[in-house]
Amino acid sequence: MYDTNLVIGGKEFSSRLIVGTGKYSSNDIMRQAHEESGAQIVTVAIRRVSLPGSGESILDFIDTKRYTLLPNTAGCYTADEAVRTAYLAREAGLGDMVKLEVIGDSRTLFPDVQGLLEATKTLARDGFIVMPYTNDDPVVAKRLEEAGAAVVMPLGAPIGSGLGIRNPYNIKIILETVAVPVIVDAGVGTASDAAIAMELGCDGVLMNTAIAAARDPVAMARAMRLAVEAGRLASKAGRMSKKLYATASSPLEGVPDWTS
Amino acid sequence: MNVTVNGKPMVLEPGTTVEGLLELLRVPRQFTAVAVNREITPKSEYATVKLGDGDRVEVVRPMGGG
Repeated sequence: MYDTNLVIGGKEFSSRLIVGTGKYSSNDIMRQAHEESGAQIVTVAIRRVSLPGSGESILDFIDTKRYTLLPNTAGCYTADEAVRTAYLAREAGLGDMVKLEVIGDSRTLFPDVQGLLEATKTLARDGFIVMPYTNDDPVVAKRLEEAGAAVVMPLGAPIGSGLGIRNPYNIKIILETVAVPVIVDAGVGTASDAAIAMELGCDGVLMNTAIAAARDPVAMARAMRLAVEAGRLASKAGRMSKKLYATASSPLEGVPDWTS
Repeated sequence: MNVTVNGKPMVLEPGTTVEGLLELLRVPRQFTAVAVNREITPKSEYATVKLGDGDRVEVVRPMGGG
């Protein structure tokens, strides 16, 4: 079936799965998982280098000509920290896309939406392609779009929880509320979660732990690729309507008569 | 002179530039960013910006993350 590309701030991607680079048991497993996922965008954190800086780097295992690196602002608790981190990433040569996180609480890692809006405004004004990680609140999603976000990325469940899409109805309402792409970011635990996100009509799914913490991350990466594609196809195909009672699939006429 | 690099104290020759520090630390230039006293140093200024006594330097690179 013909499908359009995912467009983020004018950049086009045929894959609708964005994957992370954290928590892998080895860089080689990560590289293989990336390959199997079919992803074209991989997220990275911006952190102090361990000194001296000649050790192994994840960048030795990511072909930066093939993958677009998406720096995040994970670990930032204020708009100011997040904005500074985005500038550092841009100065490091990671481009102008940023997965914007402004965290409000360390236990749930839920976003501080006030700080998130502030940072989105600042970075969008300065030419960044802002991809904010947000909660599943349609009003906040709308405000982020108004603030200049290129996409909105509501959580399905807390980061790293693997609980799945806990509020599909809110995700559905967000899809009806904003014109920018909607990418579910965080909460996916297994393939069916990714499929559900896509079946709802989401434009993409971002995940890290669901792949990295699977027993076989390479196999799970492939499962996620297939799930995102399956969910997307199902969404485009348009599902049948749900009915409470059965409707026979076989003709009711022409049933042989066995009565004596 | 005494500076702090990524939270750790370091003693450097007076007049050391950002470029000189990265050389000393053997940090690759590509995908690296540097901030001195909270201000980001553009790559084009690494060779000219001299560090001063008490400076706080951050040297960052992409690491694994989600």
